[in-house]
Amino acid sequence: MRESRGAPNYEMQMSSLSIKNLHVSIGDKEIIRGLTLEIPKGEVHAIMGPNGSGKSTLSKAIGGHPDYIVTGGEVLLDGDDILGLDPDARARKGLFLAFQYPMEIPGVSNANFLRAALNARQPEGEEIEATEFYAQMYAEMDKLEMARTFTARSVNEGFSGGEKKRNEILQMAMLKPAYAVLDETDSGLDIDALRIVSAGVNALRGPNLGILLITHYQRLLDYIVPDVVHVMVEGRIVRSGGKELALELEERGYDFIKDDITEPSLA
Amino acid sequence: MNPAILESEEVLTTNAASILSAGPVSPEQAEAWEKFTALPMPVRTDEAWRFANVKDLDLGGYVPAQPVDDATRDELLTRSMGLASIAGRMVFANDQLLVQETLGDSLRQKGVIWLPLDQAAAENPELFRKHFMREEAILGGQKFAALHASQVRAGTFLYVPRGVEIDLPIEAFHWEHGANGSVFPHTLIIAEDMAKVTLIDYYESAVPDAPALACAVNDLWLGAGASVTYVCVQNWSRKAHSFQLNSTVVGRDAHSKSLFAQLGGRHVRSESISHLRGQGGRSDMLAVTVAEGAQEVDARTFQIHEVPNTQSDLLYKNSLDDTARTIFAGLIRVDPGAHRTDAYQKVRNLLLSDEAEANSAPGLEIEADDVRCTHGATSGQIEQEELFYLLSRGIPKKDAQRLIVFGFLNEVIERLGNEPVQEKLRELVRARFSE
Ligand SMILES: Nc1ncnc2c1ncn2[C@@H]1O[C@H](COP(=O)(O)OP(=O)(O)OP(=O)(O)O)[C@@H](O)[C@H]1O
Ligand SMILES: [Mg+2]
Repeated sequence: MRESRGAPNYEMQMSSLSIKNLHVSIGDKEIIRGLTLEIPKGEVHAIMGPNGSGKSTLSKAIGGHPDYIVTGGEVLLDGDDILGLDPDARARKGLFLAFQYPMEIPGVSNANFLRAALNARQPEGEEIEATEFYAQMYAEMDKLEMARTFTARSVNEGFSGGEKKRNEILQMAMLKPAYAVLDETDSGLDIDALRIVSAGVNALRGPNLGILLITHYQRLLDYIVPDVVHVMVEGRIVRSGGKELALELEERGYDFIKDDITEPSLA
Repeated sequence: MNPAILESEEVLTTNAASILSAGPVSPEQAEAWEKFTALPMPVRTDEAWRFANVKDLDLGGYVPAQPVDDATRDELLTRSMGLASIAGRMVFANDQLLVQETLGDSLRQKGVIWLPLDQAAAENPELFRKHFMREEAILGGQKFAALHASQVRAGTFLYVPRGVEIDLPIEAFHWEHGANGSVFPHTLIIAEDMAKVTLIDYYESAVPDAPALACAVNDLWLGAGASVTYVCVQNWSRKAHSFQLNSTVVGRDAHSKSLFAQLGGRHVRSESISHLRGQGGRSDMLAVTVAEGAQEVDARTFQIHEVPNTQSDLLYKNSLDDTARTIFAGLIRVDPGAHRTDAYQKVRNLLLSDEAEANSAPGLEIEADDVRCTHGATSGQIEQEELFYLLSRGIPKKDAQRLIVFGFLNEVIERLGNEPVQEKLRELVRARFSE
């Protein structure tokens, strides 16, 4: 694949998570089919799209899940291609995924898990100090209205759907990523939890964080107001716009956009 | 096969401190030795040794471990790191007592006896004889029970009288030091009615890779309503032959919890039998194994429900790496008339390498009605999705794998219900991983 390099370098947005013409397959089925998207640091971008359009696939591929084979394109984090990095190295570089279906890790306490993740970010041979760690964790848990009992419980094990999602945001708050991909963090949340979790995300929002928010519901975007809304259909971004695009989708469904789509001509 | 497992004469005559009598060799020990030599070595076709690599049982060349010198003594004492708060402690090296930190006066006044085995045998002969190796080894280890009986020189004797509760754990360290040595630690706990106690045995080798033979027996007796928690951390050298025979007799409404942590040894054989002998009795049988390299850990268990209304709950978990092998053969037996038995047995193997091998053979013998028995054995690998979840948080792969294995084993440890002991076990498991 050849890419036109017409644009001079100084125009490149360095502080961004930049996805260029990404192709991702699972098995021999191509799911992401030439997707381009740029999330500048400090901005919140939302992706909406029908079930099966490839939203979770995109997030797993960015994270480096071994089942999701990147067959073309680039993912640049602040200008560095991360596709050659192992998933843990991507995370330490500042990437965070909030999972649509967070995994349960039996026998590993939430506190131990978080501590291991934070220690992985310390200089070789150093560990985060215990009292400082607990103080920080409790402060973040308070913001998310999570009971202290969640620290000793095994990661996500037996958590309700909503509790798991809160736990994802707790991890994000503790790990302080540069870019976060939140995959349907709103699904499964009751009205109060949606407010609390959104407040948690908004508190982290700022010039040092870029967020990609995957959601099906306009309602979330009332709480976390996005800078840009993208519509993804069949593995591509087919339309981008302001937050009013989400409202339009809510009213009209995806069909009106699908009607517009034409297969891009292969250059 | 080498029939002369130990240089017999030498072993017997050097054991001058015979525990059962003042003489150099008691008649009981001589008899046990005869039994040991008469019994055949296990062979592949023995059902009780199925799957086991019996060729590896050649015990020729082991000699009685010699007393350690003062420098070693000091070193081993500093290395005997147990819990911060305990009710008592003994440290042995090569079957010699190094220190004994006795229980407080108040417990002694209440009649608690916590003594080295030989002293207990001398001072409380009746109590001793009534309980010492009174439950036969019946899972294949008869020969090794006889070996133990003929050689035993050291161990702990704990007698807790009726109604006495000892809140803090008691600890015993058994060190093995020197090449080709053999040790025979013994643990005897007698908890009278309504008594309560926790005891932890730590089996340690001073040198992590010196050949050694350890042949241990731990017997627990629980009177009515008694509650005993027994933990045994087996961390012998990676070249040790470890035999361990446990029997637990659970009286009416008594509750026993035992946990065996198999961390060391090259060839490890563990037999554990629970006799549910009083109505309302319950036995929790727990084990965690970390098997790596060419280790073989062979566990045989027996849950014997002798009377109605008893419960047993067994959970054994093995993590296996490299070419390690584990064997689990567990039998649940419900005697005629032992109605309303609740018996559970679960074995889970986590395979970290394609060459590791986990064998499981559960069995049931039920001769009563209205019985609930479930058993199952599963083997699997680390779930890729679990691993990815940890990686996605920046945890390096090796650490993430360890964390998952740790969690897998920790689920067993958490069944103990004693946080300081659990934390100690977690620490030992973590230390094992970071070797
Ligand atoms: N591990 C997998 N194996 C096989 N097919 C997969 C796998 N993961 C995803 N797919 C397929 O890829 C397509 C895209 O799935 P993906 O989960 O990315 O969709 P999504 O946009 O996140 O949908 P939803 O809105 O329902 O969460 C679907 O057809 C799905 O069945
Ligand atoms: Mg999805």
